[in-house]
Amino acid sequence: MALDLGVFCRNTLDGEVVDHCFSAIFGLAKNSDPSYLDWLMKAWGWTLAVAGLGLMLALILGAVMGTLRTLPDTGSLNRWLVRFSTTWVELFRNIPILVQVFLWYHVIPAFVLPLKALPSYWLVSIALGFFTSARIAEQVRAGIQALPSGQRAAATALGLTTAQSYRYIILPMALRIVIPPITSESMNLIKNSSVAFAVSVPELTLFAMQAQEETSRGVEIYLAVTFLYALSAFSVNRVMALIERRTRIPGFIASNDASLAH
Amino acid sequence: MTRNCLVATALLLGAVNANAASATMDKIKSTGTVTMGVRESSIPMSYTTGDSRFDGYHVEICRMILADVKDRLGLNTLRINYQPVTSQNRVPLVQNGTVDIECGTTTNNTARAKDVGFANTLYVEEVRIAVKANSGINSISQLSGKKVATTTGTTSVQLLRRHEKANGVNFDEVFGKDHADSFLLLESGRADAFVMDGSILAGNIANSKNPKDYKIVGEVLSTEPIAIMVPKNDPEFKAAVNAAIAKIVANGNMPKLWDKWFLKPIPPKNIVVGLELSPATKNAWANLNDKPAEDYQKK
Repeated sequence: MALDLGVFCRNTLDGEVVDHCFSAIFGLAKNSDPSYLDWLMKAWGWTLAVAGLGLMLALILGAVMGTLRTLPDTGSLNRWLVRFSTTWVELFRNIPILVQVFLWYHVIPAFVLPLKALPSYWLVSIALGFFTSARIAEQVRAGIQALPSGQRAAATALGLTTAQSYRYIILPMALRIVIPPITSESMNLIKNSSVAFAVSVPELTLFAMQAQEETSRGVEIYLAVTFLYALSAFSVNRVMALIERRTRIPGFIASNDASLAH
Repeated sequence: MTRNCLVATALLLGAVNANAASATMDKIKSTGTVTMGVRESSIPMSYTTGDSRFDGYHVEICRMILADVKDRLGLNTLRINYQPVTSQNRVPLVQNGTVDIECGTTTNNTARAKDVGFANTLYVEEVRIAVKANSGINSISQLSGKKVATTTGTTSVQLLRRHEKANGVNFDEVFGKDHADSFLLLESGRADAFVMDGSILAGNIANSKNPKDYKIVGEVLSTEPIAIMVPKNDPEFKAAVNAAIAKIVANGNMPKLWDKWFLKPIPPKNIVVGLELSPATKNAWANLNDKPAEDYQKK
């Protein structure tokens, strides 16, 4: 089957070939109608925006919730925090992501009126961020619990408070250990952001469904979209690999370069 | 030499085409079964009534057509397999022969006509606007600055874009992932209007909690022939389908079928779609043709 990549240089109004493929984005041809390539780039931007916002939320909340789940059983405040973070994790990892996106978009704003004013991409980012945070929290917990218990005991013996021992001893080690699974989680988040099309965020999946209907060139459209998803996820992989390499403490964690960020 | 080669190729292609001319009929005759492509929720054109049963305006017409084909082939019984299709897979499924006749809501346009064949049009769709009855909106010009919902993967999206450009109105487009979602956007107030095929609007309104809260307003944004899809390069099968259609029309069945599916309560929930017969559809019955949507837009 012959590929017709020229479809990306057609304008989105009547399917005529445009003079410059990137007409609208770089302003090469003024007043010309946007091409499918322009639209594809815009859609990619939305995918990255939703995923980026979701990733920030997921990393922050995931680290916090994962840490809270490992608090020592000393006092009622700690017990409540552990219960709260456990509830958080179980709530957000047991509901399918598409259902969560619908809940955030259609159901929750009906009860929490200020949320109605939030644009849909914010709501999707919150849904993605919370969903992924539950998964990251479990990885952070695993990292913390993988540390020898002697480290916590040593910190206490030095006279550090719980907060200080987390800050100076436990978290710096645990967070380094869990970078590989968090890399996977971050890449998943990019791909999961495709659910945003369901609530009207004009991202790559929405572009693919709409443009293939308009142009009848589904193979080309889906190839391009697949490539951009893969490129985005792989870029996250490379950034995380860089972070992993930069933050490594020689002699503590296996330091074979080739094994990084698989 | 080259010329000879071309001639030989042309002859070969011709021979292949001649063989393929009755591929569908041959298949139906030898297997005694036929696969009908249907939609799950395109009320009242083609939809499921539960338990893998399908019914609707186009589905019933297709059953009549297949009964005619059965007689033509001299078969005693013809088993119909129902294959649910979606907007994304309906054309490929007809192309690869999984579906012999697609009875859903497919617009006949030139792009698709490159891949599949279309029977004569029996239903002309009009793209309209649905709004809340108390919104005060009566035409597309009043939608400037408003949120307009439509469904991802439909021709209405492009239509809105063209309209926006031509008339300088600025809509805020919101997209539902399917028609039910788009209607939910209108229902929950996330959109002020829902632009879609008239039958889909009427079907969704009839199915809603309070059908009286909504109305279909404004000008017809576009007319499109919706036709039964058949495999391409099978003129004999297409001719048989069109002959059956001509018979149904000649017998005066079309107004009865319209009444049954669009104006009377339909199963499974006994809702009334309530879409009056349009002059465009009436005209299609009077002058049977398989013109693509592009021809309708020139008018």
